[in-house]
Amino acid sequence: MEKEIIHEVKGVCKTFQVGKNKELPVLEDINLKIYSGDFLAILGQSGAGKSTLLRVMAGLIKPSCGEVLFKGKPLDKANPKIAVVFQSFALFPWYTVLDNVKIGLVGSGLSEEEIDEKALKAIDLVGLDGFEDAYPRELSGGMRQRVGIARALVVEPELLLMDEPFSTLDVLTADNLRGDILDLWHSGKMPAKAIVLVSHNIEEAVSMASRAIIMSYNPGKIKADIKIDLPYPRDKNSRDFKFMLDKIYTILIKPAEEIHKYISSERYQFLPHAKVGAIAGLIELVHDKEGRVDIYALSTEISMEVDDIFPLIEASVILGFGEIKEGDFILTEKGKSWAEADTLQKKEIFKEAVLQNVQLIRQIMQVVSTIQKHRVSEDFFIDILKNHFTPDEAWNQLETAIDWARYAELFVYDYDSGEIYLEEHERVDR
Amino acid sequence: MKIPISIPAETFRIRAIDIIVFLIITGVLSMIVYIASQWSGEYDRTIEIDLNPSKIPEYSAQSLTRLFLAYLLSFAFSIWYGYTASRSKIHEKIMIPILDILQSIPVLSFLPGVVLAMISLFPGQRIGIEIACIILIFTGQVWNMTYSFYHSVNTIPKEMIEVVRLYKFNKFSKFLRLDLPFSAIGLIWNSIMSVAGGWFFLMACEMFILEGKDFRLPGLGSYIQTAANAGSIEHIFYGLGTMVFLITVIDIVIWRPLVVWSQKFRMDTVQPEDERESVVLNILTGSVLFKKFGYALNKIISACEKLSYKTMIKTESKAIKNISKFTGVIITIASIILLLWLIIKAFSIVSQVSLEDIWNIISAAFFSLLRTSAAVILALTWTLPVGVYIGMNAKVAKLLQGIIQIIASIPATAVFPVIVLFLIKIGGGLDIGAIFLMLLGVQWYLLFNIIAGASAIPKDLIEISKAYGIKGFKKWKTLILPCIFPYLITGLITAYGGAWNATIVCEYVSFGGDIISTKGLGSLISSSSAEGKFGILLLSTLTMSFMVVAINRLLWKRLFIIAKNKFILD
Repeated sequence: MEKEIIHEVKGVCKTFQVGKNKELPVLEDINLKIYSGDFLAILGQSGAGKSTLLRVMAGLIKPSCGEVLFKGKPLDKANPKIAVVFQSFALFPWYTVLDNVKIGLVGSGLSEEEIDEKALKAIDLVGLDGFEDAYPRELSGGMRQRVGIARALVVEPELLLMDEPFSTLDVLTADNLRGDILDLWHSGKMPAKAIVLVSHNIEEAVSMASRAIIMSYNPGKIKADIKIDLPYPRDKNSRDFKFMLDKIYTILIKPAEEIHKYISSERYQFLPHAKVGAIAGLIELVHDKEGRVDIYALSTEISMEVDDIFPLIEASVILGFGEIKEGDFILTEKGKSWAEADTLQKKEIFKEAVLQNVQLIRQIMQVVSTIQKHRVSEDFFIDILKNHFTPDEAWNQLETAIDWARYAELFVYDYDSGEIYLEEHERVDR
Repeated sequence: MKIPISIPAETFRIRAIDIIVFLIITGVLSMIVYIASQWSGEYDRTIEIDLNPSKIPEYSAQSLTRLFLAYLLSFAFSIWYGYTASRSKIHEKIMIPILDILQSIPVLSFLPGVVLAMISLFPGQRIGIEIACIILIFTGQVWNMTYSFYHSVNTIPKEMIEVVRLYKFNKFSKFLRLDLPFSAIGLIWNSIMSVAGGWFFLMACEMFILEGKDFRLPGLGSYIQTAANAGSIEHIFYGLGTMVFLITVIDIVIWRPLVVWSQKFRMDTVQPEDERESVVLNILTGSVLFKKFGYALNKIISACEKLSYKTMIKTESKAIKNISKFTGVIITIASIILLLWLIIKAFSIVSQVSLEDIWNIISAAFFSLLRTSAAVILALTWTLPVGVYIGMNAKVAKLLQGIIQIIASIPATAVFPVIVLFLIKIGGGLDIGAIFLMLLGVQWYLLFNIIAGASAIPKDLIEISKAYGIKGFKKWKTLILPCIFPYLITGLITAYGGAWNATIVCEYVSFGGDIISTKGLGSLISSSSAEGKFGILLLSTLTMSFMVVAINRLLWKRLFIIAKNKFILD
């Protein structure tokens, strides 16, 4: 079934007059469709025109060209069915919480009783019941933004626009409020059919949104439109989450013409941070337990956090030594033979597994062996990895690969020169 | 704007305060009837001001009514002008400089125009002179309120305006819910200043000579003036005492409660350290009648608001839009024609002025320039150290502020006769004496701004200065002066403008049946108005206006920009 288009931005541009006869283009050629059920995040660096785009979508700013359609009809001024939550909350300090929320219904033509009822309901929805008669200055930042959200929801908007609503809140408060908004959104109690969130915080976007557009700046253009189809609730420590974070980060910092490959390309293999020794320890331990353990039981038995064991298990899976089934970790035949082998055999089996399964090590081997002197600076690989990972993560990846390759006696790393070279050539050189 | 809706049942007891509130309402109503009986009917040119103290309450009631009506007019004008000026860039570009010029024109320059217009509108009627008097008071107090409202409306945070647009407020709702509350604090402070300005020029507005004819209206100002003309110190003090008493009562009963109440319109979101208190406000909020009154007012306002949305729909029809456009065009054309006529008239008036007179005006302007500058510099020499001392010592500030406010609220003009008497006794003329008179009028602007600036010096800067042992002259140079500079400039601008405005009453004083004057632009304006020499009046007014605006533009504005860029954090 085709999803309903709630809001559409068609070929919109916006220039601002700066000084005499000088124009500053802020938005250029923006095309955007928002479907019902979308939770869209607009990401971009500061100055990318995110907030301007949001205001154009709200009908607060007239675009210099192009048009905005709300439910198929041109939007030429603000529409009460499009609500905005502001970064600065924009509450009226001389009104109580209740009166601030009622502002949304001033021109609605409803009776005083109906207005009161709706306002109280909205206040209830954002968890502020009991604070109806408080003034904004008596509330904490997080509570103030809740008032802002209640004021937006009281008009029962079909589209809810949020302009960096959490950026002035402290970390814990912001997290809490994000969670509450997501709960509202998923519980279906939110009247809005779609939400647009302007943010400069990638993690915030990945943890909340179902879709993200990433804007370049000067002038603001849409660089990428990405689906974020991770299941809710989203685990910030999961690999998929981190992968999405890295991907958006990469798109954000790369010039527009380079990014298409990151959007379309398969994800680069992620190496869990596990030392060979630790992997071997795990495999041997599991082998002693008939080759099958419950992961949770194992963690309590050896008193390690699941988060600490998990990289080891992941590494084993990548190397083909084991697999995960119904919360159990089971050794494969290869895993069993690795556990039983002596040191030299172990290295052989590991070498084979690494060459077969680890993309990064294969790539390094390829590069180092084709180059004449068989020595390559680590920076070369870091640069490649930076296309796929954050700078920190790139280093982690290379470190893990070096650790594994060293054990497999494939290549060696010279700490002083920061170079990678083939094991056998070192001997030849001497 | 909103007064709590829920009223606890126990407050429905009638209290003593309710009886008082009731009595006040009755009093106000009977005063309106009394004023109506006085102001209607023919204007008696031979009206004599009775110096018998038993007449003072009657006179005070009339003066208060004039001040109140002038204030209402100022309020309405401020909001209309402020809104119109901020409607578009073109409006702004024309109307704000006009405001600048109007502000620089002293009250007496408006006098002949206003009075003659009113006499021809209401020939022989007392009400004509009354209206003229009210308009004169209005011209003395309206401009700073207008600036304040205009400035407030233009500094409303962008996002709050967007809220108003999102929820499709009409103009009435926007005014009621955003513009008025947002500008409330500034408007209240400027109202206090404006009403003080009204008292300052009350004597000049209630009793004046125009084209050699005496005009006087029974009131407190004319009482003091008459007492001065009779040279009776005793009666001057009766009048002066009443004035101070009234000003103090108004401060306690109206301004203080309003200032405290207006704290709810603050934009900053932190609670202030020491909440201001007002006994009157506390008592009033305990009054059942007052609460009922507030509740009823609230109902009426919200009913009006509801209604405004209904009529909105009707008025959005095209025909009415066209009609309003049409009337707009007609009004513009009419005002242009009026303006042209005025210019032609002005030329014909000015053409009668002799070259000698022009030379006279220029030299008078020079004298006045020296006097106003001297007055402001003299005022600065004492207000700077005292203001900084008070501002930086919270305890002293608490102790002195009340006293200073009362002293400052005594209109200097009312004290003039006493001082002039003293000047005559020691044999000094008004030549130098006028400087002293001006000083009395303008020093408070400086003092209050300096106190405000000094009390706003950031605590951490004071502490770090202490830590580094910065003292004496160095402390002034590195800490105090830079911190108070923006406030100082604001104070100087107001004080300097005020000094020019005050020249008309400082350089030309009537006392003991004589007129004592000295050469200056102010005395030229006053005398030419009295003698009906309109050409000189117009030229000297233009000269004064030009001087004030030019000095504002060339000196103060530049300093203010420096202050803003260099000395204001954030």
